[in-house]
Amino acid sequence: MSLLAPIAQVEIRERTGESCVADNGFCPSWIADNYDRYVTPFIEHVVLTVVSVSVGFAIAFTLALIAHRRRWLIGPIAGVTGVLYTVPSIAAFFLLQPITGRGNLTAIVALVAYTLLILFRNIMTGLANVPAETKDAARGMGLTDRQLLWRVELPLAVPEILAGLRIATTTTIGLATLAFFAGGGGLGAQIDAQIFFKSNVVVAGGLAVLLAAAFDLIILRFQKRVTPWQRPAVPA
Amino acid sequence: MNSSDVAHRKAEQAHGGAASLEFRDVSKRYPGQEEPAIEKLSLEVAAGEICVLVGPSGCGKTTAMRLVNRMIEPTDGEILFDGRSVMDRGPAELRREIGYAIQQIGLFPHLSVGDNIATVPRLLGWDKQRIRSRVDELLELVSLDPHDTRDRYPAQLSGGQRQRVGVARALAADPPLMLMDEPFGAIDPINRERLQNEFLRLQAEIRKTVVFVTHDIDEAIKIGDRIAVLKKGGKLAQYATPAELLMYPADKFVEDFVGSDRALKRLALQRVRDIDLWKVAFARVGEPTREVRAKVEDADLPIALLLDDRKRPLGWLSERGLQGERVEAELRSPAEPVVELDDILRDALSDLLTNETHYAAVVDASGQVAGVLSLEVISRFLHAAPTESRHGAELVES
Repeated sequence: MSLLAPIAQVEIRERTGESCVADNGFCPSWIADNYDRYVTPFIEHVVLTVVSVSVGFAIAFTLALIAHRRRWLIGPIAGVTGVLYTVPSIAAFFLLQPITGRGNLTAIVALVAYTLLILFRNIMTGLANVPAETKDAARGMGLTDRQLLWRVELPLAVPEILAGLRIATTTTIGLATLAFFAGGGGLGAQIDAQIFFKSNVVVAGGLAVLLAAAFDLIILRFQKRVTPWQRPAVPA
Repeated sequence: MNSSDVAHRKAEQAHGGAASLEFRDVSKRYPGQEEPAIEKLSLEVAAGEICVLVGPSGCGKTTAMRLVNRMIEPTDGEILFDGRSVMDRGPAELRREIGYAIQQIGLFPHLSVGDNIATVPRLLGWDKQRIRSRVDELLELVSLDPHDTRDRYPAQLSGGQRQRVGVARALAADPPLMLMDEPFGAIDPINRERLQNEFLRLQAEIRKTVVFVTHDIDEAIKIGDRIAVLKKGGKLAQYATPAELLMYPADKFVEDFVGSDRALKRLALQRVRDIDLWKVAFARVGEPTREVRAKVEDADLPIALLLDDRKRPLGWLSERGLQGERVEAELRSPAEPVVELDDILRDALSDLLTNETHYAAVVDASGQVAGVLSLEVISRFLHAAPTESRHGAELVES
């Protein structure tokens, strides 16, 4: 009896596991056994997000610096990035394929397009919120326009810029679950592969949510570190 | 000697002197505006003097100040800084040589107090060691504790502390000229007066040329060596010392602007030692009465002041004290109130009025009698020409 007991247990476990999987249910044991199949999609998802947000930030930042000097460009840039933002994401993933083909590139181009409006507007807001008297004092002390931008305006815009980065990152992680329509892989492809199997959907979806939360926390931490001046006053 | 005295000494030794400033027919017009912001403004500021630009809002006083460091470019005319046109140099280079302090202060919220003060020295490429010692020196100069303040952020300071940091920052590279636009405008009246006094004390040491903008005539009179009163359209109504301005307003506008209490304001500018006091007959106990009577004849006041053996006033001698051969200690009234030579004339007058008397003995710092101040003396002073008293210089002496 004592010898048979482990075997019996294994059998029971397999049987319930099988029936759970057969029912497309939520099966912890299946998840534990099949965890490794999520590693690659997860990494793909992280890469999609990081690359898209980085490229989007580089473009939005450049546009913001140009518009900061040539104010008349703010309207047109906000308009164009706004239109990009309103294109339905699934449509974008399909529409781009004739131009960029199926794969990562298409997915990234579409995801970048969605980050631009959020990032551009937040950078512009951050720069616009720098107090006029701070800029006046800086100029009056002999800072050049370039020094004013890099030493005063941008550091003071950091909280708004990073707030934009958080929204853009979270949004991109969500949108990237559709990137498989463009052949971009990621957790979305894994969801789609077994979309009626609860265990699969919960794990793949849950990983996307965790990823978003993790990025949000990392950026928030970073913001706290680089803006010590925003901490509440220390008692005298 | 405390550490702040040391800092003051160092600042004095290190200070880079002062530069003269001259406006020559300077005009500023904005396109689309009929009235000029500044019209043919000409004035000279001697090195080491405080020139206050004062006037109602919209008179162009801030514009005039901002023309000096090219924050605004003139339409016409020339501004000479140390004999050289400000247009000869690039704006950034010029501004690093001119201290700049504004009402809203404009401290960089993301930089510590030390880094704020170090702004211009860093632009000028000073080395770290020099910057660090300069920051501490300046903090002490403006009465802030370097160890306590240096690493704080502006949001962690009180309004008055921020204002001091703003002044320290403007002084950082020891500029020969300072521009100050209502630097104490946003401070409550009590702290404002303290900051004004501190500023005058500071100025007595560092002797910068200062262009100081304010809308407050009392502040102008208190701070300025010379005051430029501007009226709407940027026209110079009068450029004169505070005393001249109060005594001889150039026109109705200036007269109204300085206020109907300008006589009292003049009293605030002068000290008791500045005016001609009454002669008084002194008497000591035991002195021959005859001699005292003779002295009373010559004096401005028909009674004698009884002194002790160290020439300090004991009180006003009564007729009974003079009845015998020798003076006796019979007083008609005590010596109170006694005013000091260094008292502000307005405060001395206030002493007379509160004590319901027409005259009071004046003593010097050691308590010895120097004369008598009376309502008539003050009234006569107010009708005489203004004297060239420099209250700034006197603050140093006292």
